[in-house]
Amino acid sequence: MNTQTEAQGQSPGANIHTHGTRQSYLIGLGYAVVLTLASFWASSTDVIYAHGVPILLGVLAIAQMGVHLVFFLHISSAPDQTNNILALALGIFVVGLIVFGSMIIVAHLNHNMMPMDRLLQIQR
Amino acid sequence: MSATEQALVNSDTVPLSLRGPAATRVVAGYGFWLFLLSDIVIFAALFAAYAVLSGETAWGPTGVALFDKKHVLIETACLLTSSVTCGFGSLAVQSADRSSTYFWMAITFILGASFLSLEVTEFRHMLAIGARPSRSAFLSAFFTLVGTHGLHVSIGLAWLVVMLLQVATLGFQPMVSRRFFCFGLFWHALDIVWIGVFTIVYLGAH
Repeated sequence: MNTQTEAQGQSPGANIHTHGTRQSYLIGLGYAVVLTLASFWASSTDVIYAHGVPILLGVLAIAQMGVHLVFFLHISSAPDQTNNILALALGIFVVGLIVFGSMIIVAHLNHNMMPMDRLLQIQR
Repeated sequence: MSATEQALVNSDTVPLSLRGPAATRVVAGYGFWLFLLSDIVIFAALFAAYAVLSGETAWGPTGVALFDKKHVLIETACLLTSSVTCGFGSLAVQSADRSSTYFWMAITFILGASFLSLEVTEFRHMLAIGARPSRSAFLSAFFTLVGTHGLHVSIGLAWLVVMLLQVATLGFQPMVSRRFFCFGLFWHALDIVWIGVFTIVYLGAH
């Protein structure tokens, strides 16, 4: 491992390419198009039980985000990506906490609030 | 460094502690990745606000009445295609191919600008029929979330122009190609945020 022979001003391993190939971008595009069209179809169809549609949309969206992360952002389990994966895990955790935490808390507050007509009667 | 030495550095037989410092590209990518994640946390807060307020229309127009799914599908197509052309552009930068860099990045710019003009058209239409941010909590949350995404796309377009000027004046120096690499990450991350926007805001409208 003789890195001293490398050109000056270039860090070791600077010629490692973490980009994908043209083919990997096209595969990613194919998956993304299928998932996008599936979401648009799912949102305007009567075939699926109406209460299941939001869950299906969520699953399709998360799948498409995964496709984008792997094929466009080139997140992988390669050794030089370990830190990226850890940061991503923290990011997902924080995002989940903010979004679902807010939704649960506000739904609870909403549920426990006095109905608006009663509130108006008291104020009168 | 020869190909075999390169393979040795990358192989798992060399312990992590003996591999030397990480490549500048890896470190720069990591730093920018942290920025992107913090940006996504901002969007998470706006998504949370939208999810909580989306039903509070104050007897004003609802999402179902305002949103046109066909319009959104075209916007999505623009942004998704631009992500792929941006990827092709990154490959061209990597192989220091000036003409195909200009070609793919110009297409990326045009698609990004088309997305933005579609969004501006939608906003202007909504403002014209009285669906202003001040109308209801739902509309405030909508304009803040979608507007912030649009603002990011505008900043991305400005950045892309600057990067093309840097390629024209400085050429493909390691510094320039690293910045281009970060631009690519930014552009792809915006596309990921847009998946959330079209799923939650437009398709989940009720």
